[in-house]
Amino acid sequence: MSLAIGEVAPDFALLDTEGRRWSVAPYDDAPATVVVFTCNHCPYALAWHDRIAQVADDYAARGVRVLAVNPNDSNRYPGDSAEAMRDRVSREQWTIPYLRDDTQEVAREYGARVTPDVFVLDSEGRLRYRGAPDADYDKPTEQAQWLREALDEVLSGSIVARPETKPVGCSIKWKP
Amino acid sequence: MRTPDVEIRWWEGCPSTDRALSAVREALAELGLGDEVRMREVLTDDEAREAGFVGSPTILIDGVDLVPAADDEPIGLSCRVYRRRDGRISPLPDPDDLREALLRAAERAEVTR
Repeated sequence: MSLAIGEVAPDFALLDTEGRRWSVAPYDDAPATVVVFTCNHCPYALAWHDRIAQVADDYAARGVRVLAVNPNDSNRYPGDSAEAMRDRVSREQWTIPYLRDDTQEVAREYGARVTPDVFVLDSEGRLRYRGAPDADYDKPTEQAQWLREALDEVLSGSIVARPETKPVGCSIKWKP
Repeated sequence: MRTPDVEIRWWEGCPSTDRALSAVREALAELGLGDEVRMREVLTDDEAREAGFVGSPTILIDGVDLVPAADDEPIGLSCRVYRRRDGRISPLPDPDDLREALLRAAERAEVTR
């Protein structure tokens, strides 16, 4: 099952690397919320990370909330453990909360398939964009353009012209 | 020059296999080394352990990893992290590293013939 464009995204309660609890509700706490399923060990997620972090910085003043969620099975992939996440946040001085989806329920409810997989919600919690940050992981000059366009359209109350793109990345490492 | 033996080890959970094959074929063509590339799919954790597979794609040239894995690189079914010469992280090796490794292998083959 996958969250469809226009559907209200399920709320969640996940902990970040500092043990703080994060939710997407109440949805109108932010004019837009970006939920990015990502991880530590995938080259696609790593290649796109700086561009997504830059979006978080650039849109913070407009109230946009960006949450990174790591759903991978950390038993089989220790590089995605809570400890490895904490190390990375500290080493790279993340400004985005990095949440652990230990049960993988959130990833399943959203229908996330790969890392990174980007979901943009509006102030009613409705899914307005889902897919890749931009057209090419290999071109930093793309600057997460698809994500930026979707945010601009949500913030201006317009229809999102490109509501869905194919997410490109490493398959989520589901628990057996 | 002899075409080096090239094998790409890949896993289906990683979408970079086609690009890797194209990159290898392009480099071989550019160097005039033919276009023969063997593809070996790694299907299970057991196979990954047995092959010392540190991620997809792994490109072996005459049996040697194009980018030798670090001792602490985890073995298993995952996408491999490469670093380009300009420092960028990528799911594929730097094209210059690939070209140079192929050329070195071809020249070695020529000398030892």
